[in-house]
Amino acid sequence: MERRTITQLSAALRDGSVTSRGLTEDCLQRIERHNAVLNAFITVSRDEALAMADAADAVLASGGGGPLTGIPLAHKDIFCVRGGLTTCASRMLSNFVSPYDATVVENLAAAGVVTVGKTNMDEFAMGSSNETSYYGPVANPWDLERSPGGSSGGSAVAVAAGLVPAATGTDTGGSIRQPAALSGVTGFKPTYGRVSRYGMIAFASSLDQAGVLTLTAEDAALLIQAMAGFDARDSTCADAPVPDYTAALGESLVGKKVGVPREFFDDGLDPECAERIHDALAVLETLGATVQDVSLPNVGASVPTYYIVASAECSSNLSRFDGIRFGYRHAGADSLESQYKLTRKEGFGAEVKRRIMTGTYVLSAGYYDAYYLQAQKVRHLIADDFRRCFESVDIIAGPTTPTPAFGLGEKLDDPVQMYLNDIYTIGVNLAGLPGASVPCGFSEGLPVGLQLIGPAFGESTVLNFAHQYQQATDWHERSPELQAG
Amino acid sequence: MAWEVVIGLEIHTQLATKSKIFSGASTAYGAEPNTQACLIDLGYPGVLPVLNRKVVRMAVLFGLAINAEIARRSVFARKNYFYPDLPKGYQISQLELPIVGKGAVKIFLDEGQEKTIGVTRAHMEEDAGKSVHDHFDGESGIDLNRAGTPLLEIVSEPDMRSAKEAVAYMKRIHQLVRYLGISDGNMQEGSFRCDANVSVRREGETALGTRTELKNLNSFRFVEKAINIEIERQIDVLEGGGKVIQETRLYDSDRNETRSMRSKEEANDYRYFPDPDLLPIELDEDFIESVRAELPELPDAKRARFVADYGLKAGDVEMLTSNREMADYFEAVAGTVKGDAKLAANWVIGELSGALNKDSIGIGDSRVSPRALAGLLERIRDQSISGKIAKEVFEAMWQGEGDADQIIESRGLRQISDAGALDKIVDEVLAAHPEQVEQYKAGKHKVLGFLVGQIMQATQGKANPAQVNTLLRNKLD
Repeated sequence: MERRTITQLSAALRDGSVTSRGLTEDCLQRIERHNAVLNAFITVSRDEALAMADAADAVLASGGGGPLTGIPLAHKDIFCVRGGLTTCASRMLSNFVSPYDATVVENLAAAGVVTVGKTNMDEFAMGSSNETSYYGPVANPWDLERSPGGSSGGSAVAVAAGLVPAATGTDTGGSIRQPAALSGVTGFKPTYGRVSRYGMIAFASSLDQAGVLTLTAEDAALLIQAMAGFDARDSTCADAPVPDYTAALGESLVGKKVGVPREFFDDGLDPECAERIHDALAVLETLGATVQDVSLPNVGASVPTYYIVASAECSSNLSRFDGIRFGYRHAGADSLESQYKLTRKEGFGAEVKRRIMTGTYVLSAGYYDAYYLQAQKVRHLIADDFRRCFESVDIIAGPTTPTPAFGLGEKLDDPVQMYLNDIYTIGVNLAGLPGASVPCGFSEGLPVGLQLIGPAFGESTVLNFAHQYQQATDWHERSPELQAG
Repeated sequence: MAWEVVIGLEIHTQLATKSKIFSGASTAYGAEPNTQACLIDLGYPGVLPVLNRKVVRMAVLFGLAINAEIARRSVFARKNYFYPDLPKGYQISQLELPIVGKGAVKIFLDEGQEKTIGVTRAHMEEDAGKSVHDHFDGESGIDLNRAGTPLLEIVSEPDMRSAKEAVAYMKRIHQLVRYLGISDGNMQEGSFRCDANVSVRREGETALGTRTELKNLNSFRFVEKAINIEIERQIDVLEGGGKVIQETRLYDSDRNETRSMRSKEEANDYRYFPDPDLLPIELDEDFIESVRAELPELPDAKRARFVADYGLKAGDVEMLTSNREMADYFEAVAGTVKGDAKLAANWVIGELSGALNKDSIGIGDSRVSPRALAGLLERIRDQSISGKIAKEVFEAMWQGEGDADQIIESRGLRQISDAGALDKIVDEVLAAHPEQVEQYKAGKHKVLGFLVGQIMQATQGKANPAQVNTLLRNKLD
């Protein structure tokens, strides 16, 4: 199967060998052929996409546009797109048509991308397997019986299967990097605050960060360039200049220091995955980097810390879904209280309810200090661990996930096992750092991801390491065999 | 058995910003329902709050005015509860780190005593919308125009010992926020309202009694009545051997009673936590000093100055400084009518305030300008007209008939001070009332007033009263 990168498509658009309409039609066709099996898309917006493509072709024909003009792309269905269904993969928003565009959507549209549709995800981004979606699970193209990871599973699979060259995602505890690893694509999450959260439906406000799923780090750099920057509509958005990420991709790794946290190589790590990571580290050494052992002593507390902080925030963030002003409403309730209860009972799935309950509990009078405050303290300790490491290394590298893709349904009834799948990614969100996952080989035919973590606002470093690694390897070019649905 | 009353107030004052605390929507009162609510006010998925910096300035201005600690770092927190007029399911407020810490204000009691009331804290928060229950058959309407309107919640120490003190404190805060220009203080529109925490204890006890919270008292009169009725109720309960239950009670002004709204057990657990969508507010000295520079002369200072500069009585000063506009008006009049501040004060407090009240308008909308009033007072001082005629002239000025001189001329009201002319009139009146003249001469001096009245009537009030008195005495004694 042929998959082409943004960089390749952009060149083809410029030399006139393809048109945006042609590329968009290809994407729409591939989605039509494969989506029944993969279930990567919730909404396909054919007419709007073709109109955008024609507009992009007109710009290109007049010699204008930039590297993203005319490139088809899919948005995770957590980003509000004006006039379109934005469901967050929840029954609660199954009828919600957004009256406005998210900043990410606006920025990418301004850069000329063509939005072909909205991708499937875990409900409200809560899940690590894409099985909590109201619209059903997404299948991993490497093995249809397995999960592609989550919550940005639809985006990861859309890219892995070549339905679109790239897709947006969000990462609250690993929701870009983990599905990227399990689906065999490149996933990149910038520093918290680098990309505006405006219009991105909130799960856990202090952790949520928009990013991308692509075939290469080079493509990720192009997209983040367009997405990043200050936005007055998001008070937590960084007011700092955006460097030229593409220009940073040429830097040599000679003399660069790679820190490998010993805590990431614990008993929970699949031995074959561990081998792939060591292989990848060896590649980095051949590129001139030195690899050294580092320690993140508090990172072991990441998962419980995360589930307190994220659940607390989500329990409050999701209160607005009450059936009063928009979204699903239980009809015919006989009182206000029963309308609330039935709307939320029927509108939310099990995992979302579990987290709302957990979050409500940890914020309750008498428990706040023991859980929420304690978790905030541990969060600081974890962030300090990372900060200390970056005093002696340029980048931290390790596995993205403990195992390759697991079977659909395998962990659905065991939330703790499910949560542990994010054990290596969660600390990065708690510390607000940029991170990537790049394909680094296979374990029993399933993709394995190498995680690269940079210091705050070290997007260029992470993207360059990923790029240099991809220049030296071809794991990211391996694509799954697809049977038409 | 004597009881001591303990009262603390939580005052909510709407801050007079053009746009809302976290969105750009207008805060103007009285628009069609839901026409001043943007996606942020509606709590739409994906939207985020952005702090209106003007709100911070106003809160700090208040803090400086009550000599409070201004927090160099304060934090917004979410107060979580479900209600249809609360779109996000939480109210953005402040809990642990409010912007204004401990401060104090002075109140003045009837006997001329002064008392200091502590302010525990003041914090910024957003208002909720309104539920409309009586317009739709069997359904409730929601108007979110008010949702997101900035409020400053001012929490007092339990320092007040009577309903009267509570009202005096509330009036003092009301005066202050209006002096500072941070609130219009309009109670009818809900811009200034309060909850009262009330308890009683036996005199001499140090521990506080169990308190109840009276909700949403939106007039000074209701605050006083509600607190008094609640005090009575609590004392009745305790003297009957019962216990006061900690609860929220609603004041019913129609029945003049308070009734239970919810008990402590039914109270919401608001699950406050720092709002992750908003950064902590960090204030530096430069900012605080720049706000301090905006502080106007405050009521206490103005009061002292009025006593010192104008030699007015405390009671008059209290009236004149009750709001900034009245004080400014008075100073404008007094500045023109040099050396007779007392006359200016009497007229501002008397005729002018009366006319304003009658027309239900504020002093800013007065139909008689300070300059025009001063012109009238000048005519009293130079004895062109008497004080009584001046009232007639003022009334005509109020009706827009022109300035004092025009009216005096056109109506021929100039006082008759010409001794010759008066002398003739006095003689005529004495001749017409021989009976009263006899009575006077027989020692019944009270009839002098009657004779003066007759003379004033004969001159349509234009006679100089002092002169009339002298003339009469000369002729009769």
